[in-house]
Amino acid sequence: MSVADFAFYVFAITTVASGLFTVVSKNPVHSVLWLIAAFLGATGLFVLLGAEFLAMILMIIYVGAVAILFLFVVMMLDVDFAELKAEMAKSIPVALLIGTVLLMQLGAVLGVWQFADGAEAARAAITPAVEEIHNTAALGQILYTDYILLFQMAGLILLVAMIGAIVLTMRHRTNVKRQNVIAQMHRDPAAAMELKDVKPGQGL
Amino acid sequence: MVGLEHYLSVAAALFVIGVFGLFLNRKNIIILLMSIELMLLSVNINLVAFSSYLGDLVGQVFTLFILTVAAAEAAIGLAILVSFFRNRGTIAVEDVNVMKG
Repeated sequence: MSVADFAFYVFAITTVASGLFTVVSKNPVHSVLWLIAAFLGATGLFVLLGAEFLAMILMIIYVGAVAILFLFVVMMLDVDFAELKAEMAKSIPVALLIGTVLLMQLGAVLGVWQFADGAEAARAAITPAVEEIHNTAALGQILYTDYILLFQMAGLILLVAMIGAIVLTMRHRTNVKRQNVIAQMHRDPAAAMELKDVKPGQGL
Repeated sequence: MVGLEHYLSVAAALFVIGVFGLFLNRKNIIILLMSIELMLLSVNINLVAFSSYLGDLVGQVFTLFILTVAAAEAAIGLAILVSFFRNRGTIAVEDVNVMKG
């Protein structure tokens, strides 16, 4: 067994086991940490597949942004998770049944599938050899030319998501002192302070 | 030599775990969102594996877009969750009937 094979099994087992612990964990904080482990395992799988750029993107976006966002929400909300977990035992049989059926269906497909005859000829963007051009550069060359419209729409989706998240979570509290910029700009030394001439030994 | 089937098996297992988590944690919407993330991750593994073994870069381009949509979805979902928790004081999914739809 070569090193690459060994690495594959390590990353695969990490990914699947962490995914399982994510959904069965009692504590949501542990769930988020297992989710991060699953993403790291998938990062390793991507590197093994030769998709280095996606591996790094997965690490930055998922581990660095999405998982941390989950962690913030879990820790900020004062939720009684024990109460939510109490009824988990009731749904185990249904979940196991559906999971088993789905796994058997996917396994049945996995045993018999094969590439279509024209699959090789129908490739839209053939991967250049690694010696010629690196994965990141090759990806950029088709992303910014053939898929520029989709790329810009992805940017639009992110903009809408950002505005939506801000609008949804913003709230104006009533009894909070706020900065009044206009009032600050229109004040002058004459109105802002008063000079008192204090006589020695008398005080005010 | 690790073949394409190995990667597909990992992706299938991860997808099934995601569905399993959806049914297991029907009350806790945070874990539901995490299960959806796991399912999207398994789809990404599938796309990248096919892209690598078929020698077609488009699979990786689409993985990039799925990542974008998944990040946006997580942000919006958590924002809705936070504002819902502010109004109702709970995140139990069964209580979500404000609009009586």
